[in-house]
Amino acid sequence: MTESVLVGKAKTLRKDIIEMLYNAGSGHPGGSLSAVEIMTVLYFQEMQIDEKNPVWKERDRFVLSKGHAAPVLYGALAEKGFFPKEELANLRKIGHFLQGHPEMKNVPGVDMSTGSLGQGFSAAVGMALGLASESPESRVYTLLGDGELQEGIVWEAAMAANHYKLWNLTAFLDYNGLQIDGSNDEVMTVDPVTDKFRAFGWNVLSVDGHSFDELSEAILKAKAYKAGPTMIVAKTVKGKGVSFMEDEAGWHGKAPSKDERDQAIREIGGTTNE
Amino acid sequence: MSKMMATRDGYGKALLELGEKNEQVVVLDADLSKSTKTAEFGKTYPDRFFNVGIAEQNLMGLAAGLSTTGKIPFASTFAMFATGRAFEIIRNSIGYPNLNVKICATHAGITVGEDGASHQALEDIACMRVIPNMTVIVPSDGPEAIEAVKAAAEYYGPIYLRLGRSGVPTINDGPDYQFEIGKGVTLREGKDITIIATGIMVSEALIAAERLKEKGIEARVINIHTIKPLDDELIVKAAKETGAVITAEEHNIIGGLGSAVAEVLSEKAPVPMKRIGVKDTFGESGKPKELMEKYGLTGDEIFKASIEILAR
Repeated sequence: MTESVLVGKAKTLRKDIIEMLYNAGSGHPGGSLSAVEIMTVLYFQEMQIDEKNPVWKERDRFVLSKGHAAPVLYGALAEKGFFPKEELANLRKIGHFLQGHPEMKNVPGVDMSTGSLGQGFSAAVGMALGLASESPESRVYTLLGDGELQEGIVWEAAMAANHYKLWNLTAFLDYNGLQIDGSNDEVMTVDPVTDKFRAFGWNVLSVDGHSFDELSEAILKAKAYKAGPTMIVAKTVKGKGVSFMEDEAGWHGKAPSKDERDQAIREIGGTTNE
Repeated sequence: MSKMMATRDGYGKALLELGEKNEQVVVLDADLSKSTKTAEFGKTYPDRFFNVGIAEQNLMGLAAGLSTTGKIPFASTFAMFATGRAFEIIRNSIGYPNLNVKICATHAGITVGEDGASHQALEDIACMRVIPNMTVIVPSDGPEAIEAVKAAAEYYGPIYLRLGRSGVPTINDGPDYQFEIGKGVTLREGKDITIIATGIMVSEALIAAERLKEKGIEARVINIHTIKPLDDELIVKAAKETGAVITAEEHNIIGGLGSAVAEVLSEKAPVPMKRIGVKDTFGESGKPKELMEKYGLTGDEIFKASIEILAR
């Protein structure tokens, strides 16, 4: 896929995230915006999936372990055609199917229910383990937040992925440095993340998480690596693309007001849905 | 006394059979495979056995992920760690998405014995039965454990299977014995009182009924192997026909079988009732038999409670 197409998709995703959160009145913009390029490369270039058959057995899987970034996943799935884009306006609303955190039973394209941090990563390891015999061509992708690394289960799962040499598993770390209560360093140091995953036996690649070229190249390397799982540490900016949200922990879990929405959409370079 | 067999031994035996019949069955353990009796499966089907190490949260997370690929995972560890430490993974990654994971936890209850209170799960039934989509099964003896494991493999959805460490008398070895998830079994007819028991307390209930008979009291004995979904119909009918109910379980009297029965009867057929179980306390080290006596988990306790309730 050409870079300009990806740029366009990323722009659409950013705009949809802002509109979704504005409509919902709550949710998580910061960590959704930081993951836009990662999700764009996965959903519009890399993953073998079929929007007409969301449960196709041989498909690639994606697990959003940092489930609070649900808007970026819903945006990608809707743009891909798994469900009508109009549904995005009903995020977090009673009686509608887009839950605050990803839910696999009712949302086409969601491969695992997540939201409680660390659990998605563990489930992704289980998926990779199962697919190694059930569908060896399938790959499992998962996205973790850096604050999420503070959960103990992440390291239990990391140990297991190496133990079972899960070459079909590629994880992304949305390494934006911030969590709800402040920076990772203030709350609970997670660094050095690359050394930690290397010590756990993973193939670790470090990239600019907003560069399509670097992300694409890293995924190619991960696919070529057959000795075990790969962790792509993607350095990102929380709130990327919206000046007043960038690098602000305060925008982890807060919806924009109307004015903020309008400004955000202008900066992203689009028009509001109204 | 009839022959003895631990329900965990029934589990191990059934797994071997399942392994041969169904290639989708995979077994996970958390470094307790000799105790949980999954080790033989592991030896026989090494490609379908995953020892995840001492990591119960990841045990459940992996099982959830495996199930999404079409596998039928049986995840085993001690009841304490399965339902305590990994509770939230079971709730959010297995129960909420209604995944086809069988949580087969051994060493439940006070009959763990010498290991003491840290290892005696007395709240696991309570923890599991409050999770929507979860089925909760407590076999009363070895043969019932075997049938329960086979039924679990045939059923789609999450199941918590509660198994014990110690040998229990075999009572379900008759030619007519049948196991159906959600269907209680009337082991003895009676019109004066109903004793509803689960797990190892079923054989104690039968002992109590024998003693009550000597006093001229006809006690009905019902084995509730499935605590959720509960066989409301059978329980309500028994309450109406006998007018008094005793429950008996190797679990805290809060949240387990007694609570489940009380919930149903208070709404549909209130009758005098008494719950036999561990009275909201932790256990301690000791021999299983000694502990059952000290904590009131005996046929004698059931007998006394029956006399008391009938005197009301």
